[in-house]
Amino acid sequence: MLLRDVQKILDAEVLVGADKLDCEVLTAFGADLMSDVLAYAVSGCLLLTGLTNHQIIRTADVLDIAAIILVRGKKPSPETIRAAAEKKIPILSTKYILFEAAGRLYKNGIVGCIEKVDEPRAHL
Amino acid sequence: MNPVPTCDNWRYSESFSVVGGNFDDAGLVSGRIKMILKGLGLGSDIIRRVALVTYESEINMVSYATGGKIHLHLQPAYVTVEAIDEGPGIPDIRLAMQTGWSTANDKIREMGFGAGMGLNNIRTFSDIFHISSRLGDGTRLKMIIRTGQKEIQEPGEGLS
Repeated sequence: MLLRDVQKILDAEVLVGADKLDCEVLTAFGADLMSDVLAYAVSGCLLLTGLTNHQIIRTADVLDIAAIILVRGKKPSPETIRAAAEKKIPILSTKYILFEAAGRLYKNGIVGCIEKVDEPRAHL
Repeated sequence: MNPVPTCDNWRYSESFSVVGGNFDDAGLVSGRIKMILKGLGLGSDIIRRVALVTYESEINMVSYATGGKIHLHLQPAYVTVEAIDEGPGIPDIRLAMQTGWSTANDKIREMGFGAGMGLNNIRTFSDIFHISSRLGDGTRLKMIIRTGQKEIQEPGEGLS
């Protein structure tokens, strides 16, 4: 699926990265705890989170996350926007809650970047 | 700022300072190290692991210490990151290594950290991990990640 399709499914506003909507995404991870994101998220996945400070960008950069989806209508700080633009990491904001956003993406073919902790997903 | 090393010049060390309490800058060192390793053409998985252990170390330093240094040492076969802080030290390392154990304050938790995962993440993503700590003195972490490349012998090395 393209990031453009993710945007439509989630009725999301593109805050950073309007030029990167043609990148392909297959998997996602959702959490507000960055240490869990660091432990379990995988390169190229979407990150669904309600956290808005600039550490989400540092975390996404460390892991090569494809794009950040802010749920519950959260808006990032100007520093977060600046950091995302600098690192070329797209940020989309959706009013869906985390559960709804994840469910809508899953129904359309996006799966978790892992299914259970300690069990890597077979290569997609 | 030192020049980014190239493949011909692949024994490289650089040290970085980290200021305690400065959450704005936490992650800058891992970003810089990531750039250096990318310039060397190391595999993205190796780069991610080095960046991850460095980033968690920076978060720990900013969260709990008055400051410290991060030392990067590059050799063809290994990337070594040492994080040496001027902090209060850890009274019980075994307890601190337990998932979920944390002394984090609200500020650290607001940033998305402080859930007792950091040291575990560092251990998990390192090939070799050492931790030592002295109360009132500080904590030292040493993380070694194998690059998967063979160590190239210097001319004359190994000759008796």
